[in-house]
Amino acid sequence: MGNFISTTREEQLEMLQEIGYDSFQALFAGIPKDVLLKERLSLPEGCSELEVSRILAGLAAKNVVFPHIFRGAGAYHHYIPAIVKNVTAKEEFLTAYTPYQAEISQGNLQSIFEFQSMICELTGLDAANASVYDGATAAAESLFMCIERKRKKVLVSATTPPEVLGTMKTYCYGRDTELLIVPAKDGTTDQEALAQMLDDSVACFYVQQPNYYGLIEEARTLGELVHTHGASYIMGCNPIALAALETPAECGADIAVGEGQPLGMPLGFGGPYLGFMTATKKMLRKLPGRIVGETVDQEGRRGYVLTLQAREQHIRREKAGSNICSNQALCALTASVYLSAMGAEGLAQVAGLCTSKAHYLQQELAAAGYPPVYQKPFFHEFVTECPGDGAKVLKMLEQHGYLGGLLLSGNGTGAASRILWCVTEMNTKAEMDELVRLLKEVAEGCN
Amino acid sequence: MNFPKELKYTKSHEWVKQEADGSVLVGLTDYAQQELGDLVFVNLPDEGDEVTAGEVFGDVESVKAVSDIYSPVTGVVTAVNEALLDAPESINEDPYGAWFLKVGEITETEELMDAESYEAFTKEEA
Amino acid sequence: MQLIFERGKPGRRCTILPECDVPVVTMGAHARQKALHLPAVSENDISRHYTELAKQTHGVNDGFYPLGSCTMKYNPKINELTASLPGFTEIHPLQPEDSVQGCQELLSQAEQMFCEITGMDAMTFQPAAGAHGEFTGLLLIKAYHDQRGDTARNKIIVPDSAHGTNPASAVMVGYQVINIPSGEDGLVDLEALRNAVGPDTAGLMLTNPNTVGLFDTNILEITRIVHEAGGLNYYDGANLNAVMGIARPGDMGFDVIHLNLHKTFSTPHGGGGPGSGPVGCKDMLTPYLPGRKTPASIGQVKAFYGNFLVVVKAFTYVRMLGAEGVPMASQNAVLNANYIRVKLKDIYQMAYDETCMHEFVMTLEQEKHDLQVSAMDIAKALLDYGIHPPTMYFPLIVHEALMVEPTETESRESLDELIQAFVKIYETAKTNPEQIRSAPHKTQVSRLDEVAAARNPRLRYEWPE
Repeated sequence: MGNFISTTREEQLEMLQEIGYDSFQALFAGIPKDVLLKERLSLPEGCSELEVSRILAGLAAKNVVFPHIFRGAGAYHHYIPAIVKNVTAKEEFLTAYTPYQAEISQGNLQSIFEFQSMICELTGLDAANASVYDGATAAAESLFMCIERKRKKVLVSATTPPEVLGTMKTYCYGRDTELLIVPAKDGTTDQEALAQMLDDSVACFYVQQPNYYGLIEEARTLGELVHTHGASYIMGCNPIALAALETPAECGADIAVGEGQPLGMPLGFGGPYLGFMTATKKMLRKLPGRIVGETVDQEGRRGYVLTLQAREQHIRREKAGSNICSNQALCALTASVYLSAMGAEGLAQVAGLCTSKAHYLQQELAAAGYPPVYQKPFFHEFVTECPGDGAKVLKMLEQHGYLGGLLLSGNGTGAASRILWCVTEMNTKAEMDELVRLLKEVAEGCN
Repeated sequence: MNFPKELKYTKSHEWVKQEADGSVLVGLTDYAQQELGDLVFVNLPDEGDEVTAGEVFGDVESVKAVSDIYSPVTGVVTAVNEALLDAPESINEDPYGAWFLKVGEITETEELMDAESYEAFTKEEA
Repeated sequence: MQLIFERGKPGRRCTILPECDVPVVTMGAHARQKALHLPAVSENDISRHYTELAKQTHGVNDGFYPLGSCTMKYNPKINELTASLPGFTEIHPLQPEDSVQGCQELLSQAEQMFCEITGMDAMTFQPAAGAHGEFTGLLLIKAYHDQRGDTARNKIIVPDSAHGTNPASAVMVGYQVINIPSGEDGLVDLEALRNAVGPDTAGLMLTNPNTVGLFDTNILEITRIVHEAGGLNYYDGANLNAVMGIARPGDMGFDVIHLNLHKTFSTPHGGGGPGSGPVGCKDMLTPYLPGRKTPASIGQVKAFYGNFLVVVKAFTYVRMLGAEGVPMASQNAVLNANYIRVKLKDIYQMAYDETCMHEFVMTLEQEKHDLQVSAMDIAKALLDYGIHPPTMYFPLIVHEALMVEPTETESRESLDELIQAFVKIYETAKTNPEQIRSAPHKTQVSRLDEVAAARNPRLRYEWPE
């Protein structure tokens, strides 16, 4: 039986005696009999560390690890530098609590301050919080930053990924907030539709850049439209893309949020990931979650503290804007180390590799009978048609160790299947050539 | 502690100043700012908003707490002291100069205390 | 300490990636205009920097962390190994179902084990933290009443001793919060509860043992009162470490619960996250669970399936402890808390002079009055002993509160050390109170100016142009 208790049975009995209890049962004497368990829990027998490591290894072995990944759609396969894993394994960072006691938490607090600074640099906005659970919840929380007494409707582009949209809908159900979807036209937000839907009752408009289909939206124009109607403009972004793409600040965003998983976090079957949130100075006090600020101690030495806490649940309780009580601290640290390891040049290099390789693959796929669906600029994801049964094609790829693009369902055109491909710096030219060769075989088989 | 004689006071520690045009100015008393400690932020309504006697119209934040501020009158906000947003410390430094709101079109006023009664009230609370 | 931006020089970098092996393509018209500033450092610079930051961070591995309500138990290292298996870390969340059977099996077995521990029928692992779990659980309650057409139920009852997340979560689900006072004995005031329930009651949120470390012996009556009024009972699982394997919320009349895997189930706090807040429920709420394709599902509360790698750690832990180890952990958590309480009760004022569960609350109200030494001062003085302070000023129903939770993983020597430190601090408070009021003295920084930080927020580094 596994046991992490640091006292022996003997010591425990001694301690019980010393403080006046004759048994463990005596400690629980106050619990009503009707509620006390009469039998042992029906759990497996405990085991040793060696045994449990075998059990877990056995479970892990039942998963398929694909050596070649061409799927994104919200979770991205990037290279994680060794220094990132090394730093985030440091016990102090791993096992520390939230830095409420600033005097012994300067390391943790400073690392959050550094994270906030770097995220602001990426999005171009003025202030960031210490992070939230993931990009989807960051997007959902950002909507409520904008709600005012007379503006209660939120508009969200149809090009938002389903995971994000689903989360927003659930949050809006909670607060009885009306969420309207602005339709897409040819893979990006329909500007005319947006213009029609904007009025004085709209709090904000959310669009993701790049969007779910990998396409670059006309973010500046959308922002201008939103502002002429006095609403707030929220952009969801890919942090790697921000090294190469115009920033949300440049596009006029009031709030910029996103999924930080690409910055050094493994795919991990969906989590833990990292939601980042940044805002203009004007909207800063609407940000949920923890924020670290710089200050001085009694001797005038520079130090860091959790600040603006009066926004938060432990003080405002039912008047808080959000209930969030944690940040993804270790994941934020992961992102900071990743961004430091890459630096501005390195991050631009990652972005460049992603874009270049994705464009290469798109070209090769088109020549192989998988033409692109959209003729618009994209970052590192793109949609192609698929001759024949998309599910069968992907199955064949999987048999060869290739996790192909995501089969897009519900596009409702009744046409042949579509696939959303993703390429990152992890994909080599040889790999892509082999992928194309395999797909050509299948495509030829269909004609 | 300061209890200016020309002002009126509420049980929730706001001061009220009658203006010549029938409107009132509202702020927090010296007793209140001492109890609250260093104030770091103020949340105020907008011009044109309605306020109701006895109901919360905003709040003040210190580092570790939030305190509601109650309106002594029912009416419409005609002016908001925006300067407080950038310098909340003025509430601590000059509580009777740091007005929060000007309220007009007053239809109802709570029962207010004069300086003497309010001073006695604060002694009871302590 | 230097900020990482203050280290390095332009041009310094690490060599992480190879050259591009295909024609280069750039973003063209949509290219970023503003220069991007990030650290320009070598790997050595990075390594030294974070080593220095780590030295100024205090984890459970550094020392005792008796934080009430946080269950800072030892984080087993085997958890870190199992959660780093490539068979888990390299799995894309959108892989085909037949390629993730290991993940599915782990989640399914975890669901079974945690349902058994809590007396629930089904569980979702989607919520990423306790507060997120509260939000999810309350959404289940909302969906339940909505489905039955019972839309008049717009109030959630919360005791005034509750954690701030409880009322904040209720508001996120459109509920009004009814705060009921706790009795003199620290327990839910039954009369107040009876007066508060009605046809507008959606539910009650409660933790048991409660936030003053006492098991509410009226629990069956409490949950019955709410059920009779047509409401549901939500269990905040933050204090489960007192009773797991000993009593189950499902047997106390609770319909929906959340767990804090980063508290009760030993996954590390990470400095503030990532945690995991799975939500369990009884059968009548199962149709509404998020992340399932059922028609009545509330949808999803985040992307994908939850903090899976955190669940792996908790699963590893429970699998190791097993049927015998689970109640043993709770028994010793309660023993250790009472050990400290009994040994300090003649010097410090306990908020409630009776057997506690896994934590207890002391009040420094008298000392504040007599010596002008507050709970905050005592807490800061502990820092000079290398011990993390207990939880301060919570719950709100006790003035000048300090809440101590040792957990079951502390050794007897460690408990004795804490007791000795508290005794010495008390003596110093009486003979030289200024020493305590100005603590800490041995830390890298002294007390920080939080007022300035809030009045003039400086939340990021500004690169020189």
